[in-house]
Amino acid sequence: MNTFSAFLEYSAVGIAAGGIYALIALGIVVIFKSSRTFNFAMGEMMMLSAYFFYTAAVTFSLGIFLGVVVAIVGSIAVALLIERLALRPMMGRPFIAIVMVTFGIGSIIRGIVGMIWGPNDLQIPAILARTPVMLGDIFIPGKTARAFAIAVVIVGGLIAFLRYSRAGIALRAAAADQITAYSMGIDVRRVIAFTWIIAAITGCISGILMANVNTLTPHLGLVALNVLSVVILGGMNSIGGVLVAGFIIGWLESVTGWMLGTEFREITPYILVLLLLLVRPTGLFGTKEIERI
Amino acid sequence: MVSNVQTPAVPASAPMFGRTFLWSCLLIAVLLALPLVAPRYWVYFAGILGINIIATHGLNIMTGYTGLLSLGHAAFVGVGAYTVALAQLHLGLPFYIAIPLAGCAAAVIGIGFGLPSLRIRGLYLVIATLAAQFILNFVFVHWQSVTKGDVGLTVQPATVFGFPLNNETRVYYLILFCLVVATWFAVNVIRSRVGRAFIAIRERDLTAEVLGVQIVWYKLVAFALGSFYAGVAGGLLAYFNQFVNPEQFGLLLSVFFLSAVIVGGMGSTLGAVLGAIFMTLLPEFLREGALAVGGTFGFDIASILVPLREAVFGLLMVAFLILEPRGLAQLWKRARTRFSRSDNVA
Repeated sequence: MNTFSAFLEYSAVGIAAGGIYALIALGIVVIFKSSRTFNFAMGEMMMLSAYFFYTAAVTFSLGIFLGVVVAIVGSIAVALLIERLALRPMMGRPFIAIVMVTFGIGSIIRGIVGMIWGPNDLQIPAILARTPVMLGDIFIPGKTARAFAIAVVIVGGLIAFLRYSRAGIALRAAAADQITAYSMGIDVRRVIAFTWIIAAITGCISGILMANVNTLTPHLGLVALNVLSVVILGGMNSIGGVLVAGFIIGWLESVTGWMLGTEFREITPYILVLLLLLVRPTGLFGTKEIERI
Repeated sequence: MVSNVQTPAVPASAPMFGRTFLWSCLLIAVLLALPLVAPRYWVYFAGILGINIIATHGLNIMTGYTGLLSLGHAAFVGVGAYTVALAQLHLGLPFYIAIPLAGCAAAVIGIGFGLPSLRIRGLYLVIATLAAQFILNFVFVHWQSVTKGDVGLTVQPATVFGFPLNNETRVYYLILFCLVVATWFAVNVIRSRVGRAFIAIRERDLTAEVLGVQIVWYKLVAFALGSFYAGVAGGLLAYFNQFVNPEQFGLLLSVFFLSAVIVGGMGSTLGAVLGAIFMTLLPEFLREGALAVGGTFGFDIASILVPLREAVFGLLMVAFLILEPRGLAQLWKRARTRFSRSDNVA
């Protein structure tokens, strides 16, 4: 195999992995838009959902379909609990205090998962077929390709939903100006709760997909910290941006992993973020916010 | 918007300086005498405690006073520890040069990570520090030729006039000295013009800028100062353990320092001390408690200790942020006013 086709193959695999990043990033961006809360616990929410799926599908042998349903319901319940118990009391508090709360929540979830399910890898039932997908000469592992397809369909669907549905318009109204949104009869609190539900769903699906492609460990959540770079690259308040940014970062990770050695994969997104902060902190599609003193 | 974390620009204790000074001297005397009376394990523990307090002071200056959240504090502690180990190994520098050097190295690297994002407001610094945590840890693990990777480096004991600081008690005095200087400096820098600028930036950075505070410069100073503290703490840790490896400086340690600042009370030097003490003691109590419970019911508790610690750190962070954002320092003040009404401390 020549170098160019290897490059194409790694690129394709990377872009495919980026689909899941976009899905996770969407969950972060939606919450950020509605309430200026940057959710550092997103990765842990995602990991917890995968464990819910494992418990429902394997421990209680409910099968894959019911397992997914249980996992989604469980994740939504957890997300709403987090929003109600930890973040609503923080409304109007300084920005960094809220960030610290979500960071703390991530720590709590990591700890609880470690206590219940232990530190070892778990094998979750295969949802995705293994048969590889061939694009011409390019070989893409079956799981990655299918995870990509699912992620992109869901991200696309959610972007359309947020663009055209009433709930989506309410969300954008609340993001633009909370006070005005209130006065126009939009229940901003419900909008925020709604964005947490969306984040729970995207987190849950991406968690299950991610655990399928890799394995299920408590570290799954930390892997998702890479997604922060997706969010920054896409622009923190740009819903559409996450998809493009997800692809770019997935691609970059895969290609640097191939060229410099796999251990470099884990820091590629962070180096990219630092460079980005230097050049264009608003990201590719984000807008600069103007504040009054 | 009024922040919930407020610190008076001039601490209320200023007029009773004399009494605070006396109490401090008494405390230092007790700490000096500690190794003479206490068992060895206590001395070891006090050493760790001192190092944690120094690092927490640093994070408190950044996060508590200036409002610059750092999620990578442990990595800067690591930079300090590796600086000491390498300076000794390759240059043979004595500790009184190596430790300030460790602080400076951490400050320089900290600025390297912080500079791009300190110009901009908001979340970016948080993410840059997180990036620092992972990138620096990556360097510790993978730069084999310098750091020896996971194997780590051994550090020879520091020597004072040919007298080696080769056991806990001797290093303890070195730590104690640094701790006193660090605390004294932290208390006083906040009373200065610089400290007032820090607080102004935290409360409302745009307003501070309009009023003539050069916010980028002061943010840089705060960040460098906080990293310097972290580096010094790391250098002391290297001499204390006589060993440096990457595992010591993971994300969990960053969470530890952050929770110490929050639990103690952001924007309070007393809080940093109380928080570091509380968070250092907590895992010990957790372990004892868990082992006792496990012994009674026959669980295998040892395996869940690490996640339990992580969950409790997170829980304390969230609980204090929601319920008592001024932390233990505030609880302490409140308890004091209850006992001595005459003191008139808010």
